[in-house]
Amino acid sequence: MSEFFAMGGYAAFVWTAYAAAAIGLAGLGFASWRRMRALERKADSLRAERRAERGRA
Amino acid sequence: MHRFANPARFLRIARAVQPWTAAATLIAFAFGLYYALVASPIDYLQRDTVRIMYVHVPAAWLALGAYATIAVASLVSIVWRHPLADVCARAAAPIGATFTAICLITGSFWGKPTWGTWWQWDARMTSVLVLLFVYLGYMALWSAFDDRQRAARAAAILALVGAINLPIIKFSVDWWNTLHQPASVFRSGGSTIHPAMLTPLLIMALAYLLFFVTTLLMRMRAELAAQRLEVAAERRALALEGAE
Repeated sequence: MSEFFAMGGYAAFVWTAYAAAAIGLAGLGFASWRRMRALERKADSLRAERRAERGRA
Repeated sequence: MHRFANPARFLRIARAVQPWTAAATLIAFAFGLYYALVASPIDYLQRDTVRIMYVHVPAAWLALGAYATIAVASLVSIVWRHPLADVCARAAAPIGATFTAICLITGSFWGKPTWGTWWQWDARMTSVLVLLFVYLGYMALWSAFDDRQRAARAAAILALVGAINLPIIKFSVDWWNTLHQPASVFRSGGSTIHPAMLTPLLIMALAYLLFFVTTLLMRMRAELAAQRLEVAAERRALALEGAE
């Protein structure tokens, strides 16, 4: 197992490269999902509000 | 009505497809990482640093692929004024910029132990750095206009002009004497990589592609919701004006 993490002496380079890719992709994916959820909820609640207003009028 | 029918249909399809592409992304990364880190052999010259290739090369491919997506969407936007084309182009830009940054960083961490340098101003690396700046400029241009139509038009023109960089990146290793090695997968005469290394590379490329599709769908949905909110805000402002 420790041999696996040592990467033949290149651990610093291999794992830093993989960490950079993982942080970049996971960060962007998560941020995109959160932005989508927030904006869609806001837009949906606004639509529901307008429908309610129209119902009253 | 045609203008609104299309995004509505897109949203229906996106909502249905997205859980599947998201699940497929995770599965492809699980297989890809296993092959890349465990089940593939070391290179006789690069030793274990060859494993960096499996996150670097797909990032480079998708950095170009995302830009090609933006360029095609921009052309569709200018010629046919399809309402989803601008949404697609804008949504793809941050993903492409992230792929480009990952490509540059992982390349650097491969270059140091292999070439003995983090960076060289050779044609391949410089043209990819330019691609990153084009992405950032494109994103900045979108947010520089208040009017969405004008922003879309300006951004589409920038995207098409910037597309000249794609063949420069692709052929930089043939046209100039670069430190970066020439193509070994997409080249005339076929791939020169051994199947033991080509397999993890292609699985990781598939994972990156699925990630691109999933994130593009999420960002397009966010963009369409933002547009709905903008329209609602405008309508409200008009209603208030009318009431005065």
